[in-house]
Amino acid sequence: MTAETRPLRPAHPLESWEPAFAALTREVAAQGGDLVLEPAPQARATDLRLDPAGPARPAVAAALGAGLPTHPNTWTATDDGEIVWLGPDEWLVTSRYARPDAAEPALRPLVAGHGGAAVDVTGQRVALRLRGRLARELLALGCALDLHPSAFPGGHCAQTLLGQAGVLLLALGDGDDYLIHVRSSFAGYLAEWLLDAATEFRGAAPAAGT
Amino acid sequence: MNRVDGYGRIDRSRTLRFTFDGTVYTGHPGDTLASALLAHGVRVVGSSIKLGRPRGITAAWNDDATGLVQIEEPFPEPMLLASTVELTDGLVAGGVNGQGRLATVADTARYDRRHTHCDTLVVGAGPAGLLAARTAARRGERVVLVDDRREAGGSLAPTDRIDGRAAHRFVADVVAELAGYTDVLHLQRTTAFGHYDDGFVLALQRRTDHLGSDAPGHLSRQRVHRIRARRTVVAAGAHERPVAFADNDRPGIMLASAGREYLLRYGVLVGREVAVFTTDDAAYAAAADLAGAGARVTLFDARTTTPAHWTRACTDTGVTVRAGTVVTGTEAGPDGAVTAVRTGPAPGGDPAGGTTTPCDTLLVSGGWTPAAHLFSHIRGTLVFDDALGAFRPGGAVAGTEVIGAANGTLDLAGCLAEGAGAQAPSVAPEPERVPTLVTWWTPGDPARQFVDLARDATVADITRALDAGMRSVEHVKRYTTIGTAHDQGRTSGMIAAGITAELLGRSAGDLGTTTFRPPYVPVAFGALAGRERGDLFDPVRTTAVHPWHVAHGAVFEDVGQWKRPRYFPRPGEDMDTAVLRECAAARRDVAIMDGSTLGKIDVQGPDAGEFLDRVYTNMMSSLRVGRVRYGVMCGNDGMVGDDGTVLRLAEDHYLLTTTTGGAATVLGHLEDWLQTEWPHLRVHLTSVTEHWAVFPVVGPRSRELLRQVFPDLDASNDAFGFMSWQDTALDGVPVRLARISFSGELAYEVNVDSRYGLALWERLVAAGAHLGITPYGTETMHVLRAEKGFPIIGQDTDGTVTPHDLGMSWVVSAKKDDFVGKRSFARPENNDPQRKHLVGLLPTDAATRLPEGAQIVEFAADGTLPPPPVPMLGHITSSYLSAELDRPFALALVKGGRARIGEVVHVPHEGSLVAAEITGHVLVDPEGARRDG
Repeated sequence: MTAETRPLRPAHPLESWEPAFAALTREVAAQGGDLVLEPAPQARATDLRLDPAGPARPAVAAALGAGLPTHPNTWTATDDGEIVWLGPDEWLVTSRYARPDAAEPALRPLVAGHGGAAVDVTGQRVALRLRGRLARELLALGCALDLHPSAFPGGHCAQTLLGQAGVLLLALGDGDDYLIHVRSSFAGYLAEWLLDAATEFRGAAPAAGT
Repeated sequence: MNRVDGYGRIDRSRTLRFTFDGTVYTGHPGDTLASALLAHGVRVVGSSIKLGRPRGITAAWNDDATGLVQIEEPFPEPMLLASTVELTDGLVAGGVNGQGRLATVADTARYDRRHTHCDTLVVGAGPAGLLAARTAARRGERVVLVDDRREAGGSLAPTDRIDGRAAHRFVADVVAELAGYTDVLHLQRTTAFGHYDDGFVLALQRRTDHLGSDAPGHLSRQRVHRIRARRTVVAAGAHERPVAFADNDRPGIMLASAGREYLLRYGVLVGREVAVFTTDDAAYAAAADLAGAGARVTLFDARTTTPAHWTRACTDTGVTVRAGTVVTGTEAGPDGAVTAVRTGPAPGGDPAGGTTTPCDTLLVSGGWTPAAHLFSHIRGTLVFDDALGAFRPGGAVAGTEVIGAANGTLDLAGCLAEGAGAQAPSVAPEPERVPTLVTWWTPGDPARQFVDLARDATVADITRALDAGMRSVEHVKRYTTIGTAHDQGRTSGMIAAGITAELLGRSAGDLGTTTFRPPYVPVAFGALAGRERGDLFDPVRTTAVHPWHVAHGAVFEDVGQWKRPRYFPRPGEDMDTAVLRECAAARRDVAIMDGSTLGKIDVQGPDAGEFLDRVYTNMMSSLRVGRVRYGVMCGNDGMVGDDGTVLRLAEDHYLLTTTTGGAATVLGHLEDWLQTEWPHLRVHLTSVTEHWAVFPVVGPRSRELLRQVFPDLDASNDAFGFMSWQDTALDGVPVRLARISFSGELAYEVNVDSRYGLALWERLVAAGAHLGITPYGTETMHVLRAEKGFPIIGQDTDGTVTPHDLGMSWVVSAKKDDFVGKRSFARPENNDPQRKHLVGLLPTDAATRLPEGAQIVEFAADGTLPPPPVPMLGHITSSYLSAELDRPFALALVKGGRARIGEVVHVPHEGSLVAAEITGHVLVDPEGARRDG
């Protein structure tokens, strides 16, 4: 089949990094460490703007099957994705199965009449999953926020910098499981940054006192 | 050897070999380079920067003003202190004579940073700091404890006892307890070097330096910890200070505490014939310990009353104690090291004190100065303490406490109490003290009395500063350079302030002290850079098609953080050849480029049209759904800030594009206006820059290609006119097409969800093969648009150019009541006919490609530049070879340029004047006949 006739398929900007991610996990495990880095499955993503006190919220919650989180920097789970608080009137809605209910064409009519907006941003970001006992230590090498489970437990999220890339960071667990959304154009940089930062864990752990 | 058995915390079972100034020596794990050199009797390590006087080791840690060395192996580093360099096997170093030398090879070590958060940060793991950390940890707090030495314990001596056991046992117990807490981070070899607002502290951890050539490559050599603490406890100790006397800079003269530390920590007896000069009790312990280890010690105390307990302890070990006596000078041997001290009577002391006493070492103690730097960094007030003869923390700074010797508390019981309060362990009562006799300098030749040994600055230099009219310590510091060396005046700062005050007849407290600023110790730039070097220096942004560009040999150009293909050379092509070929393809057949880097902003809401009318110079609310309009944004000053196209997707929905470099700035500019000036407008802005991959497909045969790839599309000019857009689909994937042309040719922009970008690009390239489709880069894009006179914002404009200057009055609406920049257009200056206009410029020889940035001057009939000043008419903003015109051409900003079309001007270029004709700025297809194909 030639490029002229091959069906259009979505590409993941981090596909080519998967062998390097897998090698990292192996090398860290060989040192007794626990660190898994992998591209997260792509999900339909919609940026939702909405007055949280306005009349559209119940209809949106019904469409999404979950309420919009109103506590700053938190996210809630839906059946196949997340609703992530981005601001007092802004959320990111993700849907791994690309459910039509959770997409721009379905959501905009629910909010447009009430001063809201819905924008398809599926291609805007890609996500990385980072988990394992060393996950938080790795993030500490480039993220200025306090990610200790007492400050950033599961269910919390933050828009912050990791290295020099803006990221949307979700705590999936208490200190050992994270989802990192990054703008697609920065994905390669961030992958390289993470792999380089993790060099630390590829060799023997430093002796006590170092 | 000066090593004595039974002393020190070094590992004598292992021997390390190192080289200093070409000679091989041995030492032990636990040694510093300084202790190992002193063990071998090496006392002269270098020479001073200004006077070339011999320099030795004056301290046992980072308060050493003189013991600078150049490290050669394992990695070349200039001007480190021998007293802080941990000895490693194979170390090669030499003394510094004057200045150090930067490495000429790249540093291959890793450096990184770590963000650390805690409830309590404790700086210093001496007795006070250890207990402060323990207290916080026992409360369940998250604690970080940093200490710059190899091991915890601060200045505790082996003979000290805490809580009924040897102090070092007690320290080990506390360290072990701290290690048992999950949320306690205890870092030795870590120096807090800067303290900033809101509990922010920077600390440098030396992680592998002490491993020498065995340092594992996967670990960062040094790490900057960026610590954010709710509460910071500074327990950084105190620095012993010297006294200035004549020839006090000779090798063999060191701080009394250093002499003691070399014995107790490293098992090195620094001298056999030791003189001690003190104004304080602490030096007695040094005298007694050195005497106990075999030295013959004479102690000169400036005070007429000596401490009873310590005097007894000294005389019991054979120390001669001479009260009321000060050192006034020294003598030296051929190597410059001290061989004798001259003493004299202290004020009120024994008039017969004047004598000369042979010695090989002179220990000096002028009392203690609290290491309150980290308190001063955040503008904590320091007050002069007459008893200490030093500045100590005075006022309070929220969130910061200073305890122990850093707070001026010099006794162990006091330090423990400040660290642990009621939980403080017990210690034996300390012997009664005799107050310090604060003494900055003794009688003698001020030109030989060194205040800052690192800068060769003397009491005479201070006098000179005062004679020149300086009165502030800050001015004296800068005039004399005292306190500006590697040690930042750790030992010299206080005595410089004291001497200055005395010379001015003022009190030291009244005069004040210089401000301490970060960094507390020198920090390598490599450590500050961390991993942000090489490929990670700055993020590289790439589009979905980037792998294809790489695979097809693109030469890339950095546009902001983006990597954009500049051109796609074929084998043997240089840039000019490739660009001429790409341009020709775009004007004759079909060409494609990756325009995905364009900024894209989704604008939704009932007031979207109104909002865009206010931020663009032209009207956007009148744009019909399905249509596209070019727009210009100006700042308040009416100068062009950005441009792009606007698609009206629905009545309340627009998609606008920005320049590649302007994307974030424009979104910020729009949000700024929306949130602060017009919050009542019901509009939402969302960046979709990376959601959409965008490919301009350009050229007379582009319609043919689109018909072929998108069979559902009616691509006829009537159905799909210029500046309109349509949605279609390919394999069920939505695709948006817009007839936008940045080249003047028939052209389409193909937009798709960027996840499908690479696949669609490959489809278009494959489908266009039979049409000769040619991928092109930014250089060709620049040429094509310049031939049409389309400006690049930021290249043809520089923030001083209006739309009118660009010949785009048509883009400025006369109908709108207001928009950002409108008022500025009414200014007389904006209507000056002599403003610079964007015009075309054709070198009359049809051969010379003029450089961008070249100046334009009036035509000189004799072909020579008139004498300066030569009036400048403007400059060239863009210049290229044109395949279409078959000649070079340029765009330029020229004063009154539109009125001068047809005139010939001169451009100075490579020593001659090149004649060029001013033309209109549209050079290709000025009638616009090509855009519909």
